[in-house]
Amino acid sequence: MSFDFPVSLASLPPGGAGRLVAIHGGRGQALRLRRLGLRPGALVRIVAAGGWGGPVLVEVDGCRVAVGRGLARHILVEPLNPPGVTRGHGTR
Amino acid sequence: MALVGQPNAGKSTLFNAIVGYRAVAANFPGTTVEALRGQASIDGERAEVVDLPGTYSLLGGDVAERVTRDFLLAGEADAIVQVVDSSLLGRSLELTLELAELGIPAVLCLNMMDEAEHKGIAIDREALSSLLGIPVVAAIASRGQGVVELLAALPQARPVRRPPYTPDVERALARIVEAITRNPDFQGPSPIHRAAQLLAGADAVLDAEMAQAVEEARAALARGRGEDPGVILADERHAQAMRLFEAVARVGQPHIGWRERLDDVLMHPFLGYPFLLLALLGLFAAVFVVGDALEGLLSPLLDAVSGQISAALGTGPLAAVLLGAWDGLAAGVALVLPYLIPFLFLLAFLEDVGYMPRVGYLLDGLMHRIGLHGKSVIPFLLGYGCTVPAVLATRILDDERDRLVTAALAVMVPCAGRTIVIMGLVGRYVGPVVAFLLYLGNVLVIALAGWALTKVLPGVGPGLILEIPPYRWPRGRNLVGKTWLRLRGFVMLALPLLAVSSAFLALAEALGWARGFNAAVRFLTWPMGLPAEAGVPLVLGILRKELSLVMLDGALPGGVETLSWAQMIVFTVFVLFYVPCLATVGALGRELGWRRTGIVILGTTGLGLVLALLARAALRA
Ligand SMILES: Nc1nc2c(ncn2[C@@H]2O[C@H](COP(=O)(O)OP(=O)(O)O)[C@@H](O)[C@H]2O)c(=O)[nH]1
Repeated sequence: MSFDFPVSLASLPPGGAGRLVAIHGGRGQALRLRRLGLRPGALVRIVAAGGWGGPVLVEVDGCRVAVGRGLARHILVEPLNPPGVTRGHGTR
Repeated sequence: MALVGQPNAGKSTLFNAIVGYRAVAANFPGTTVEALRGQASIDGERAEVVDLPGTYSLLGGDVAERVTRDFLLAGEADAIVQVVDSSLLGRSLELTLELAELGIPAVLCLNMMDEAEHKGIAIDREALSSLLGIPVVAAIASRGQGVVELLAALPQARPVRRPPYTPDVERALARIVEAITRNPDFQGPSPIHRAAQLLAGADAVLDAEMAQAVEEARAALARGRGEDPGVILADERHAQAMRLFEAVARVGQPHIGWRERLDDVLMHPFLGYPFLLLALLGLFAAVFVVGDALEGLLSPLLDAVSGQISAALGTGPLAAVLLGAWDGLAAGVALVLPYLIPFLFLLAFLEDVGYMPRVGYLLDGLMHRIGLHGKSVIPFLLGYGCTVPAVLATRILDDERDRLVTAALAVMVPCAGRTIVIMGLVGRYVGPVVAFLLYLGNVLVIALAGWALTKVLPGVGPGLILEIPPYRWPRGRNLVGKTWLRLRGFVMLALPLLAVSSAFLALAEALGWARGFNAAVRFLTWPMGLPAEAGVPLVLGILRKELSLVMLDGALPGGVETLSWAQMIVFTVFVLFYVPCLATVGALGRELGWRRTGIVILGTTGLGLVLALLARAALRA
């Protein structure tokens, strides 16, 4: 298992997984995300991405959290590269 | 005794199990935004039980956290019961460790043991109990399991044993504690809690000496670690919680069942939407079909009783008043209950299954177009039940502007009272399709109003962060309890009100007052093309929206059937939007302040009038 260069959470494809590296943006938002398990070092998996610029659905610690697309762009993850899963389509 | 726990841990359910049905539980975060109180008999004595809002921490980051923290710091609770979702034990223990700093006796309630099992998590309760130094009780609140054991364990409540932080953090804390305890103004159960808050930068200092101590401690810690002390504390608690979790829990194979698969469809970026539409249509159709059938059963019965009463009373003003009161009551029962019961029940079902946050997720993208985000969907959906909880639920939003816009829009969502008018008037006499179109038109108007408000109040709030809880099969008992809880408001408040207003109307008519009153509001009813008799009902509708229909039925000589379709639609459109009912005005005043409430009232009433006039013009065209 290896990690790629960090990309934004919003650019991971559904089914893709990664390790959270950093959360940019407001302190309040960052703390709130932390409480839901989204903290640096956490392993995350994208379950789905909403239509119409909708939120991404992330699985972390066995729980699901919807994160708005704008916010997801400020969350950096190192994509996980298990054999067979290709990397996401870069930053948007 | 106070119940503390993360949102959705089952606190409201447990509270209801302890004190009887007092609170509304739902499968989404943020159900309880206020402390609810109830009585229970604990160890042979009566004790007060308080359900505090769901909170992840005591840092005071949002309203719920502040309410909880302030309550606990005020020293009102002799004991805390921390309710945790056992399937999320690791995360929940972070709050336990924060509670440890408070030094208040506590019991840990491992709720949702069934969920933990489902996820393959086994917890060694004895080990956890001895590590924390407090009783640990297993429970499945939704089935009422563990409640007795929990109450029995309360007398053994002890302060949680606090594991030490790393030495540099402890040094920083000690430095602040020293300054705090020297301040004569300091009160509160625990200096260490206050010190941790100050170190995290989440509390105000009392004097210059403290300010200096805090500054030094924060600087020293930040220098050593290169990070914000608030983050360091959170990370350390997280690490401690994880260590505890690993010591007491074994994680095996989770079951993958329908619940995990269901979201592949219901939250799918394309398939999710047809299902959402289907769910809403299904809700609408079911309410209409069941309501219609119930009404068909009830009406003849009530009519028969009415005939008997009027025959027995004879004529005269007193008879007219009594008959008026009975008519109001009967109309309430016949017109209102049949639609309200299935509606509230299905709403409770959707809430408890956990569909609401999914709707928030699905509509987040669309909501951004009207300057809001998906979390605002929850107040909107609650608004279909009653506007008051919808307005209160805007507290789950993190941003002041979002709260204002959402509350202003949520009052326009047709609540159950207005649903009665739509269903009972338009649905019944004009047809269900037109009724459905009214709902659709209402959504459109709200969207346009949201878009317009965003132009006036720019600045989209922070993005969506919404927990998506697992689906849960609701317990019938909980659904019935919740339906009853919401229905009770109607039965206790609205039915007497209906009877009194209707009696008053009969009296006014007998004495010839109604005419003068109706003439006074003719400036409203005339342009809308409504009969003069609609005046009093529309004004009384401010008390409760469904009153307007019931009163109108009584005021018109031949009942509402004599109205033309266009009049029915115009009347309904106006009722949908004009002044929110009194209870809503009260809630708005509390949440937004009276000036903004005034603006909302004027705005919605103006909008209602304009739309009603437009509807009239369109239907006459
Ligand atoms: N499976 C399961 N569900 C539960 C249990 N306790 C509560 N629930 C359900 O979990 C949801 C959230 O409960 P609620 O009491 O509203 O949580 P609160 O936000 O902490 O007040 C509701 O749908 C409850 O019916 C439990 O022990 N097991």
